[in-house]
Amino acid sequence: MARIDRIAEPWGTRTPYGSGADWPVRVDTHLAEGVTPEDVDRWVQTASLLHSNGDAMDIAVKDNRIVGVRGRAVDRVNHGRLGPKDLYGWQANASPDRLTKPLIREGGKLVETDWDTAMQRIVDKSKALLAEQGPSALGFYTTGQLFSEEYYTLGTMAHGGIGTNHVDGNTRLCTATAGEALKESFGCDGQPGSYTDVDHADVIALYGHNVAETQTVLWTRMLDRLAGPNPPKIICVDPRMTPVARAATVHLAPRPGTNVALMNGILHEIITNGWVDQEYIQAHTVGYSELEKEVKNYPPALVAEICGVPAEQISEAASIIGHAERLLSTVLQGFYQSNQATAAAVQVNNVNIIRGMLGKRGCGILQMNGQPTAENTRECGADGDLAAFRNWSNDAHIQDLARVWNIDPMSIPHYSPPTHVMQMMRYAEDGSIRMLWVSGTNPAVSLPELARIRSILEQDRLFLVVQDIFLSETAQLADVVLPAATWGEKTGTFTNVDRTVHLSEKAVDPPGEARPDLEIFIDYAHRMGLQDKDGQPLIKWHDPESAFEAWKECTRGKPCDYTGITYDKLRGGSGIQWPCNEENPDGTERIYADGKFWAHPEYCETYGRDLITGAPVEPTEYKALNPEGKAIIKAAEYMPPHELPSQDFPLQLITGRTLYQFHTRTKTGRAPELQAAAPDVWVELSADDAGAYGIAEGDLAEVETPRGSVRARVRISGIRNGVLFLPFHYGYWDTKGGHQPDGAGRAANELTITDWDAASKQPIFKTAAARITRISGGDGPSSAPTTTASAPAGVFPEDARTKGLPTALADEATGTAGGAR
Amino acid sequence: MKFGLVLEEMHRSENDLAHHLLVISERHKVDHEIYHLARDLARWSQQHVRDIADIAKNYGQNLDPEPRGEAGLMETIREKGSEMVGRRPETGMLLLRDLRELYLKACGVSADWELLAQAAQGMKDKNLLALAEKCHPQTIRQMKWANGKLKESATQILVS
Repeated sequence: MARIDRIAEPWGTRTPYGSGADWPVRVDTHLAEGVTPEDVDRWVQTASLLHSNGDAMDIAVKDNRIVGVRGRAVDRVNHGRLGPKDLYGWQANASPDRLTKPLIREGGKLVETDWDTAMQRIVDKSKALLAEQGPSALGFYTTGQLFSEEYYTLGTMAHGGIGTNHVDGNTRLCTATAGEALKESFGCDGQPGSYTDVDHADVIALYGHNVAETQTVLWTRMLDRLAGPNPPKIICVDPRMTPVARAATVHLAPRPGTNVALMNGILHEIITNGWVDQEYIQAHTVGYSELEKEVKNYPPALVAEICGVPAEQISEAASIIGHAERLLSTVLQGFYQSNQATAAAVQVNNVNIIRGMLGKRGCGILQMNGQPTAENTRECGADGDLAAFRNWSNDAHIQDLARVWNIDPMSIPHYSPPTHVMQMMRYAEDGSIRMLWVSGTNPAVSLPELARIRSILEQDRLFLVVQDIFLSETAQLADVVLPAATWGEKTGTFTNVDRTVHLSEKAVDPPGEARPDLEIFIDYAHRMGLQDKDGQPLIKWHDPESAFEAWKECTRGKPCDYTGITYDKLRGGSGIQWPCNEENPDGTERIYADGKFWAHPEYCETYGRDLITGAPVEPTEYKALNPEGKAIIKAAEYMPPHELPSQDFPLQLITGRTLYQFHTRTKTGRAPELQAAAPDVWVELSADDAGAYGIAEGDLAEVETPRGSVRARVRISGIRNGVLFLPFHYGYWDTKGGHQPDGAGRAANELTITDWDAASKQPIFKTAAARITRISGGDGPSSAPTTTASAPAGVFPEDARTKGLPTALADEATGTAGGAR
Repeated sequence: MKFGLVLEEMHRSENDLAHHLLVISERHKVDHEIYHLARDLARWSQQHVRDIADIAKNYGQNLDPEPRGEAGLMETIREKGSEMVGRRPETGMLLLRDLRELYLKACGVSADWELLAQAAQGMKDKNLLALAEKCHPQTIRQMKWANGKLKESATQILVS
């Protein structure tokens, strides 16, 4: 067994393998100082909650405390491997500043209280608002980090019980476009691909997807392919010099906000050269001629001008993609959080569709998720969708959902698409949403244009409930704070991007009076007296397993069919991919094999939207377009971003996720090894720009947009000229400011624009116009990581490179058996 | 031939639609999707104005190729006004009225494109028909956007 510093070497040791072979097992373990595997009382099965890869692991418990983690060798997703966030993040659970008692606001201050008082205050307010204004006064905003059982309960209670249309999750910020893009192309959410496609692909194209930092274990799988025989070619689209870009055969670094032009250029080349599968197109798709017509307008020379990349590179990338025999395409925030998000992501689907690269080994599309349980928010109807992929504009689907819940169909709001969070903020701003219940997320740091968000959340006329594990920036503004249990302290299931369902079991008790989110929601539903049409309680379940059984019933016959899964089946073995039912008792690795889609007008999850205007497609229109339920090829023209560089703001700002921190750092900022690896915000710029502005590595600089400013130490990196990068989400909970800047801003979202993609309603974080000014010199290099996309471009002192604390040593065991396919 | 009048009317109505989109954008600056999309969609109509002026020359019509300009001061006042009253619920009713008017204007322009396309077929003018085929779908998308926004906003505004 080898010991290795997994801060300095985030992806660990290579275990090379060739095309079509099994990915070797490597079991990663990290235990608290002084604890050996023999000391551990029991190992408790779970999966990662600090990124979206779905790494299966076991929690080590000793004396009723969590003392470490170990990867699960048998699991199909990670074959035993863990990422740095998995190895070290668990320590945050035991932080001394966990919330242990409910808090209520008294005389302007949050004071401790008991559960009865806190819940009664929420119930009284809810009832008063329902009597006075009705359900339109209440909004629910949740996360991508709870469990299916909890989302389903929340969705049932909010949509079916309260009857509000205002339900969304923060998956809106990370994965709304993934869902929307799949719905536009296939009439339904759910990934056509599987992680095992990495084992077979001969070309892997990553669009705006820095997988090395966002899903470290998936990147490990790709690195192992690259180190073995017959390595795949990598195409990378990213304005930063990421680890993916460094490994790429072709790296395209387009100007931020021009993804649709770039994709149209690639499609132009593929179509012009005839690298398409005409038979597949004829048999299984509609809309191809529109695409042909549209991309005619995007020859490489023109695209090169729009995107600022050489035309030859576009042709070369297109040629590699066009000649691929097994093409895996993945997409993430570089597309989802940028201008024309859905239109760009849909063009990636189009590449695989017109090349007939679907439903076969190595031929996949992974519209990635940003958060571990994002898929569940979408499935369970807690994020602006209806439960189990039901179509809000199909009356039969509403009636069916009403049957499952035993309520009147009119009680389920379906007059328009469920309200997305940015619109909910607008309704709170105009005073028509008067109570907002935020669970497991931190909008005061994660939403765009923070000064505006703070001013909305601070209003006296808004009753704010926050359910969380720490006193986050948002919780500090709340009227009632409910202390929640988290991963390792409660039981539930969650699903990763390739539809693999994992069980996460309770290992230890939550601290103090903290309660599982499921209990909190059920308690509220009962106190509110929410009933079905027979006068029985609307929420008929009482614990995780009974909630899971209820959720399964809701999914029966739907695309995300869970009916063949039980807690017992998930225990002990590996994760299972939905749909899992009588016909597919072991789950389904690939959907849409044989060109069969879930897009039939009677079955599809949505009729889609106009990719530019976002206007919903009418049912009659959809039926005329796609009567047989084929894949839908949707073309889109390039539209420039809404905020372009100007004389005052000559640069473009992009923000993004990084390797050592997750979300608003509530957990990773409290894990010593992770915190030390990336302790503070930084700003990246290119060496050319640094020269032009007279800025050196480590200088303190101020970044400004029309909305605010942030001060950060400079890292001169391999980023594209004219572009600045800020990592999210450094906030204020660990500064004197508490919930807001104390002097200079630190959160990237002080600067981002309030603007979103019209189709997916995902906010745009990656095209603000900005400027940078040097404030003062530094006393050494910036503390930005040197192992990742923020790697320094020039000469750099060896001793300042990122390495782990002495406690960062983790174990790696290779050669062990396991690794389900 | 009365066709010159059709082009003139078309030119006027597209100009009017573009202007109305810009006014809506400014008046509802705090409704961010309305603000950004209305500006994007105004550009389609502005391009239509240029295209119509260009093709109208073939029919001896001298139409202004530049879309109707915006008064800079009024723009600022409308945007400021939007920000000042953005926290008051009454602005919702104004939004519904503006979207309703937009929808009707776009419907009118759509009908005009149909007239023009019919005439183009009668005159066997391929260029004119191609123009109608390019522009009319965009007008329909503008129409559907207004209609969709109207539906999406109405419930919250009317029952709150």
